[in-house]
Amino acid sequence: MATLHTVNKSPFESATFETCLGLAKSGSTVLLIEDGVYAATTGNSAADAISNAEGINFAVLGPDAKARGVESKLADGIKVVDYTGFVELAAEHDTVQAWL
Amino acid sequence: MAKKFMYLNRKAPYGTVYALESLEVVLIGAAFDQDVSLAFVGDGVYQLTKGQKTDDIGQKNFSPTYSALGDYDVNKIYVEKESLEERGLSLDDLQHLVWEDEDEDWAEKDSIRLVSRAELADVLAEQDITLSF
Repeated sequence: MATLHTVNKSPFESATFETCLGLAKSGSTVLLIEDGVYAATTGNSAADAISNAEGINFAVLGPDAKARGVESKLADGIKVVDYTGFVELAAEHDTVQAWL
Repeated sequence: MAKKFMYLNRKAPYGTVYALESLEVVLIGAAFDQDVSLAFVGDGVYQLTKGQKTDDIGQKNFSPTYSALGDYDVNKIYVEKESLEERGLSLDDLQHLVWEDEDEDWAEKDSIRLVSRAELADVLAEQDITLSF
């Protein structure tokens, strides 16, 4: 069972991202949206958590990163998707879990 | 007598409406001739990042408004150093905000003051009124 997890909270203001990472299984994907995109930027504790998470795929919603001015600071190895890519990810996985 | 007003900004823009609401209140308050300061702490520092482009999320990009604050005599903008560092940011990632000093032949001066957490605590302690967003 591959799950697509969506996280929309900043990793610095809420434990949502950390909790999601703790419960996501290998083979699943974490898609960072809205304020969740800050977790995909380099040089902070969230970036370390991402590089230490084995077997989990990470993606970030490009329009949300662009809106926040952090598009150029995204960590390597994180897939950037548009809204169509979001839909494709949802279709590729068995279930979608939205972490609010 | 003018009072010291502090607007304490703690939230990232766009995900919630706090950042925009704070900015609206600052602009309204600027009409009342008070001693106004802004501080950006925690995720609030993200409000000042440069290069924000919101076309694809269907929201108004209000970040250019920060550069107009100088014209409203709002020129004390405190940014907490620790908050930037924890997020992998530096001053270079933020907009360059300036104001023109009437008393020095309109010389252009920086509005942003990079302060440590301890220094910001002192600034907050001097305020008459603090509004937190």
